Amino acid sequence: MYKVPEGLKYSRSHEWVRLEDSSIAVVGITDHAQAELGDIVYLNLPEPGRMLQYDEQFGEVESVKAVSELYTPLTGEVIESNNPILDNTEIVNEDPYIKGWLIKLRIADPKELENLMDANGYIRMLE
Amino acid sequence: MTLKHTPLYAEHITTEARMVDFAGWEMPIYYTSILEESRSVRKSAGLFDISHMGRVRLSGAGSAQTIQYMTSNNVNNLKAGMAQYSLITNPLGRVKDDIIVYCESHESYLLVINASNSAKDLEWIKFHQVQDTVIQDITEMSAMIAVQGPNAPDIVSKLLQSEQLLSMPRFYYAPVKYQGAELTVCRTGYTGEDGFEIIAPASESKSLWSSLVSSGCVPCGLGARDTLRIEAGYPLYGHEIDENISPLEAGLMWAVKLDKGSFIGKNALLEDKSSGLARRLMGLVLEDRVPPRQGYTIHHSDEVVGEVTSGAFSPTLGRSVAMGYIKRGYDKVGSAVEIEIRERRYPARIVNKKNLLV
Repeated sequence: MYKVPEGLKYSRSHEWVRLEDSSIAVVGITDHAQAELGDIVYLNLPEPGRMLQYDEQFGEVESVKAVSELYTPLTGEVIESNNPILDNTEIVNEDPYIKGWLIKLRIADPKELENLMDANGYIRMLE
Repeated sequence: MTLKHTPLYAEHITTEARMVDFAGWEMPIYYTSILEESRSVRKSAGLFDISHMGRVRLSGAGSAQTIQYMTSNNVNNLKAGMAQYSLITNPLGRVKDDIIVYCESHESYLLVINASNSAKDLEWIKFHQVQDTVIQDITEMSAMIAVQGPNAPDIVSKLLQSEQLLSMPRFYYAPVKYQGAELTVCRTGYTGEDGFEIIAPASESKSLWSSLVSSGCVPCGLGARDTLRIEAGYPLYGHEIDENISPLEAGLMWAVKLDKGSFIGKNALLEDKSSGLARRLMGLVLEDRVPPRQGYTIHHSDEVVGEVTSGAFSPTLGRSVAMGYIKRGYDKVGSAVEIEIRERRYPARIVNKKNLLV
């Protein structure tokens, strides 16, 4: 079935979060999300420096079939977007957890992590 | 409502295709990836189940006259073994459907119609039939398979052991025997590539499908079919053509023979021709990958000058392409326009719709 790696946090809107250290979080979409979308052909990601509030829309991901909005699972400042994948969006389909990451955030409130699911919780939600 | 299944349904389920409801049929939208499937048609050969398309045989002494009066092209130009793209036009000269007419003899024709229009067309045909016309819907007793791509002629002629298929021109067809069954193999397609559309008895279609897969054809779903036809600039009913659109605007007058005698919509089309066009269907090539979708507006500085009818990310070009109706005066090939997508404007260039990939 879908890959749901241990050690990541997951949102109800199918984003994942990986902590690089206590203040930097990497965000992407889950294997389930990419599979539901099908071939991703277009991504719109925010510029570094933008402040995002929890659950704010930060971009769009569009497949051949449908467009879907991206929501940040954490409050924080965008410090980097994965621009190299914009011209090669199939990477998100092929490797959603590693090469297909979307943005890096300097998180404002580590406590928000407690609102997110762990791998088991996300698997249960998918079921 | 229960969805209808084609004779190849079990094959799609076995290969874990992603299935969708299309015009009342449960059809594969893709098997592995829409983009990969599209690329295999451009590079080698793809295989499509198009059994959902309506197949209606009109036979009898009145069949030619019935078709001649109901459609825009000239059925009298056909000889047995030839096929023709044609339009069913309404009394206002607008497009009820686009179809392919196969001439089996001067007293027997096979019409291939859009799945989404099958019921409507069948009713229309029955209403307008002249005496001595027998109408038979053969959709569910047969299957239809498209084999498309540069390798399609080789693969099909080898599998069916029929050299003649290699030299058969476009829009000609031949009956070919395969494992005791008779297939109708026509050099047509909806992808912009060389290839065939094959009508087979339902019972033989599974073995034909499997043999084509074993011969190297990649199964492709309706997603790839749509991407490929957009790249090739082919119209789809409900997008580029419908009952409010004139064939003149859609660039389909080559399939309208105004000199052939009376047919439904002819007078309206003559008027259209003399009053001229207000808008024209054009191709569009974007700089970005963002796919324009039906209904998005086309802009020239501050003015809305048109509307997108279909669009897709083109795996062949690596950016998006579209078709759309553009107001006369703004429709020149090479002009720059913008397409509005979720409140942002994206630059696009107008191209000839026969030429989206050039």
